[in-house]
Amino acid sequence: MAPRTLYEKIWDAHVVHEEPGKPSLIYIDRHLIHEGTSPQAFAGLKAAGRKVRQPELTFAVMDHSVSTKNRALPLLDPDAVAQFEALARNCQEAGINLFDMQSRNQGIVHVIGPELGITQPGCTIVCGDSHTSTHGALGALAFGIGTSEVEHVLATQCLSQYKSKTLRIDVQGKRPRGVTAKDIILAIIGKIGIAGGNGHVAEYTGAAVRGLSMEGRMTMCNMSIEGGARAGMVAPDDTTFAYLEGKPFVPRGKDFQAAVDYWKSLVTDPGAKYDDTVTLRADDLAPMVTWGTNPGMVTQVTDRVPDPSSFQNPVDRKAAESALAYMDLKPGTRIEDISVDRVFIGSCTNSRIEDLRAAARVAAGKHVAKSLKQALVVPGSRVVKFQAEKEGLDKIFRDAGFEWRDAGCSMCIGMNDDVLPSGERSASTSNRNFEGRQGKGSRTHLVSPVMAAAAAIEGHFVDVRKLSTVDGAE
Amino acid sequence: MKPFTKHTGVVAPLDRVNVDTDQMVPKQFLKLLTREGYGRVLFYDWRYLPGEKPNPQFILNQPRYKGASVLLGRANFGCGSSREHAPWAILDYGFRAILAPSYADIFYNNSFKNGLLPVTLTNEQMDELFKRTEQNEGYRVTVDLEQQIVTDDKGLRYSFTVDPFRRECLLKGLDDIGLTLVHEPEIAAYEKKNVRIPVMHEALDVKFHHN
Repeated sequence: MAPRTLYEKIWDAHVVHEEPGKPSLIYIDRHLIHEGTSPQAFAGLKAAGRKVRQPELTFAVMDHSVSTKNRALPLLDPDAVAQFEALARNCQEAGINLFDMQSRNQGIVHVIGPELGITQPGCTIVCGDSHTSTHGALGALAFGIGTSEVEHVLATQCLSQYKSKTLRIDVQGKRPRGVTAKDIILAIIGKIGIAGGNGHVAEYTGAAVRGLSMEGRMTMCNMSIEGGARAGMVAPDDTTFAYLEGKPFVPRGKDFQAAVDYWKSLVTDPGAKYDDTVTLRADDLAPMVTWGTNPGMVTQVTDRVPDPSSFQNPVDRKAAESALAYMDLKPGTRIEDISVDRVFIGSCTNSRIEDLRAAARVAAGKHVAKSLKQALVVPGSRVVKFQAEKEGLDKIFRDAGFEWRDAGCSMCIGMNDDVLPSGERSASTSNRNFEGRQGKGSRTHLVSPVMAAAAAIEGHFVDVRKLSTVDGAE
Repeated sequence: MKPFTKHTGVVAPLDRVNVDTDQMVPKQFLKLLTREGYGRVLFYDWRYLPGEKPNPQFILNQPRYKGASVLLGRANFGCGSSREHAPWAILDYGFRAILAPSYADIFYNNSFKNGLLPVTLTNEQMDELFKRTEQNEGYRVTVDLEQQIVTDDKGLRYSFTVDPFRRECLLKGLDDIGLTLVHEPEIAAYEKKNVRIPVMHEALDVKFHHN
C-alpha cells in the first residue's frame, strides 16, 4: 500500500460506501450533541418518522446556554429553559447518554469528551459545533457539522463527505518561556490567515507539538477552524496513551494494551504526501495578542497595533481599518498600553486544569487591578472545577479578586448570563474575537491564560516573560 | 428541501471580506427551537440600532435593495461558527443565491442542505458585479444552476462550476438522509464488523445511559 497520512488512514477505516463522482459515506464513531444545535435535528427526524440509529454512540451535554453562576437557582431565560427541556426530552425518548447541567460530569462538550475518554485515537467524531476540531488532539478525525448533518448522523450514524486536502503544520524547535500552545496556534493563524486552511484537514507535527501536553494539543487543535481547517489532528504518542489510561470510557487491562497497539499505527507513514506544508520555528515565537476582529489579526505582545496603510493588499487594508474602528484602537499603540475592562479565563480553548494552574500561579498573592470591572475564571468542566478546588486554585483566584464559577461556555459566546457589555474591552482566553461575539459592541482580545491573568492583575496587557511566575517551556 | 433550478432577482452587495456566521445570526438568537423565523434577525447587529430601528448606514437597509434575492459577498464568506441558523436566516430573509469568490467549508456545505445556492466566481467577476449593482438601481441577475451560468440583461454571462452531485441534489431537492438510507445494508455490515459500543468503566453521573 502507498504511504498514507494519518488523516487518510482514519478516513479509509471509516468508508462505508464510495463511488466515483459522489461524496463517500463515512461512519461516525462518536456523535456529541448539545442544546444549541440539536433541537431542529430531532424535530426533523420526528417529522420524517425516523429514529436515532445508534443512541449508544451519541453523547449529549448542556453547555452553551447554562448559567455558570449558582446552578441551584431557577433559570431566568425561558428560551434557554426550552432548549434544555427539548434536549432532555429528546435524549430520554431516544435513550441517549445525557450529562445535564446538574451532572457532576457536566462541562463544555469539547472538554468532557477527552476527559471522560469518549474521545479516542482513530475515531471519527462530529458535533454541531465548529470547535469539535479540539478532539483531533488525541489522533481522532473530528470536525464541526451543521444541524442538517446532525440530523443525518442521528438517522444513519454516517455522513456524506468529500475527502479533504491535507495540510501539514510543522512547528519545529522549542517553545520559549511564557509561550503557550495558545500563542503557537495564534501565530499559525496569523501566518496562514483565517481562510488559509479552507478545504483542508490540518496535522500538527514537529518537536514543539510533541513537547506539548495533551491539553496544550487540544488548545491548538481547537483553533484549527479559526485558520479555516475543519479538523486539526496530532498523531497519538506516549503522551496520548498516558493521558487516556484509566479514563472512564477507555478500555482497561488487556483491552487497553490492544487499543494502544492499534493506536500506535495511527501515524503518517514516511514518504506520505501532504497537499500543503507550513513550517514555523517555535523558538521565534512570543506571547500573542489579537488586535482586530478575527483571530488572524494578531501580533506579539511587544509589538504595536499595525497601521492599516502598512498592508499591501487593499482588501486587507480595508479590513484592518474597519477592525480598528470597531476595536477603538489607534495605529501605533503599544499592545502593552491597551487597558482592559474585563478578563475571561475559560472556553473550550483554555479552561482545562493546566490552564487554570498556570493562570493561578500568575494571580497568586496578587490582586486584580482596581480599574477592572470583572475577572472571571470558568472551569471547562465540573471535573476540572473539582480538581482545581482540591488544589486550592479557587481560593487563589478568589483572594486575587477573580470570580470562581461553575462549568460552561460562559462569556466565550454570551448565550448565557455572562456577556461583555457594549464598548468594553476584554482579555479573553476564548477562540473568537469577531464583532459582537462576547456581546453586542464588545471588543475582544484573544490571549493565553497566563497573559489573561497578568492583564487582570495589571489592568492592561503585559509581557508575561517578565514574570517569574511563568513556567519554562517543556 | 426546496429545489433550486433557476432564479432571477434583485442583487444586494455586501462588500466585506470574512463575513462570519456570528454576524449573520448573533448568539442571542441561537436559542429558538425552529428552523424558521430567522430572517428578521439576519445581520442583526449591523442592521439595527437600539430598539430594533433599521440602521440607515447598513447597505441592506437602503430602499434600492428592498426585496433583493441574490447576495454578493467577498472572500471566505460564512467563516466561523457551524451554526446552520446562518443559511436559514439568509433564506428566510428572501435570498436564494449567494455570489462570492470563496466560502468557508461548513457554511458552504450547510447552504446546499437548505436549498441556498452558493456560487463561486472569480475576484474580477465579483468586482464587475459589485460595479454593475452600484451603478444600476434595481440591478437583477439570473442564476441558472441547470446551465451553470449567471447572466444579466446587459450581456453579462459568467459560467461557474459546481460539484455535479451537489448540483443534482439541489436541482431535484433530494433528501440527503433518504439517499444515505439506500445504503442501509452496507451501514449494517460495517457496524457488524467494526463497531463496538463504548463501555463505561466507572460510574458517571449520566442520565438515560445503557451500560
